[in-house]
Amino acid sequence: MSINRREFLKIVGASAILALGGVAIADGIDKDNLEVSQFLPEPGALVAGKWAMVVDVRKFKTEDDYKRVINACNSIHNIPDFGEPKDEIKWIWTDTFEHAFPDEYEQKYMPASLERMPFVLMCNHCDNPPCVRVCPTKATFKRADGIVMQDEHRCIGCRFCMAACPYGSRSFNWRDPRPFIKKENPDYPTRTKGVVEKCTFCVERLAEGLMPACVEASNGAMIFGDLTDPNSEVRKALSSNYTIRRKAELGTGPNIYYIIGGTDNA
Amino acid sequence: MYNGGKILFGILIFLALVTFPFYNDIGKANVRPEPKINTPEIQKLSEKQCVESQAFMKANHMTLLNEWRDSAVRGGNRTYVASDGKKYTISLQNTCLRCHSNKKEFCDTCHSYAGVNPYCWDCHIAPKGAKK
Ligand code: HEC
Ligand code: HEC
Ligand code: HEC
Repeated sequence: MSINRREFLKIVGASAILALGGVAIADGIDKDNLEVSQFLPEPGALVAGKWAMVVDVRKFKTEDDYKRVINACNSIHNIPDFGEPKDEIKWIWTDTFEHAFPDEYEQKYMPASLERMPFVLMCNHCDNPPCVRVCPTKATFKRADGIVMQDEHRCIGCRFCMAACPYGSRSFNWRDPRPFIKKENPDYPTRTKGVVEKCTFCVERLAEGLMPACVEASNGAMIFGDLTDPNSEVRKALSSNYTIRRKAELGTGPNIYYIIGGTDNA
Repeated sequence: MYNGGKILFGILIFLALVTFPFYNDIGKANVRPEPKINTPEIQKLSEKQCVESQAFMKANHMTLLNEWRDSAVRGGNRTYVASDGKKYTISLQNTCLRCHSNKKEFCDTCHSYAGVNPYCWDCHIAPKGAKK
């Protein structure tokens, strides 16, 4: 059997029309239901041009002041306690002045009280976050409101971000965290073995109109707000106190500010 | 023919083993899963309706969940306006599984039938004592 040129072109033309029609129909099927659905922010959500935090170190006086703040975060976010420092998962934690502010520590004659006291540390939600730059899957990214977010669904556990972060703000799950969570919060997911996690400035709480868990538990020792709003609590605290930031000389643009007191204030 | 008996015997054993999966499954497999929707939360609804129509959910709940996830985690938008105008807070644990609190009799019956094993529950917490 053979066909001539004319018949061949007819068949080609007809199948092209059928194929295009098929695509159009398939498009219609795909869209049928979700055409009018859409996604919106939560009604009472807290929003900002750029979120930032001021930690008033003077107001952390007793052991309990640190514990309360850290436990608030740990229990809400299902953070495991492996009981072993090398596996530790930390969103908010404490360290000494020497480790937190190595450049400022060069000044040898500071108050002894400062040298011994712990500082609350967490992700600095940098303006220029090195973790975001190195992440190969965009699992960590910067939101328009300044929050450096971690999308656990995309994390492949390569740990480039941990190498890039100069603050040690990121922790890797070497083990399954579930058996080590003291009391599971059923409203928030856990993480799993093989992903990196860190502080998210409580995006899930901001969406509900709530302040970050640590801020809420701090009795005013931690202030959270919009850096772009001159009337915000953070801007007021920054304009009336001298503050320092961790390793700002690296150019990361950290957004956690510390009001350091002397013995006079302590 | 040499060793005809042994060869025949061997062939019989071979056939028995190869067809094992078929007769082993007779009467078992094709029980259609029947996801149960008799949870307390759904019983309270005046209109027994999912986020979208049943047909849509049956076919597309995985894509819808992906959209929910990206919208909440990456877009920061945690309210879903369904095609009928109703609003839902985006959450796998606190919205889907609040209504479908019987994960075992609902999600899992279908999934084990279809042979899919969503890894979501490595992190997301399923309701405890998922019964009633
Ligand atoms: C307000 C309560 C409610 C919420 C929230 C809800 N569902 Fe449903 N869902 C239902 C009801 C009721 C049905 C049965 C609908 C019907 O039979 O018409 C259903 C049906 C379904 C079905 C189809 C079951 C079948 O028999 O084919 C799937 C799949 C499903 N839901 C998944 C989900 C997922 C995934 C979510 C979260 C995105 C969700 N549902 C959120 C109440 C809910
Ligand atoms: C009507 C049966 C049915 C019910 C009920 C159902 N599913 Fe599914 N689900 C399926 C099927 C079938 C697939 C696989 C689809 C495919 O692979 O294309 C699937 C796939 C998924 C996937 C994607 C898995 C993957 O590996 O890609 C997720 C996530 C999911 N379902 C979540 C849920 C949740 C959560 C519920 C309960 C609220 C639920 N499903 C209830 C039938 C169901
Ligand atoms: C590695 C851990 C992990 C895995 C695996 C995982 N999630 Fe998540 N998921 C999270 C975390 C953490 C959040 C952030 C919760 C928040 O910000 O409220 C989240 C948020 C979500 C959200 C939006 C907010 C919420 O509270 O539900 C959806 C929807 C979601 N995940 C769906 C899924 C689906 C569907 C799967 C499986 C296909 C899955 N996730 C697997 C950790 C995980």
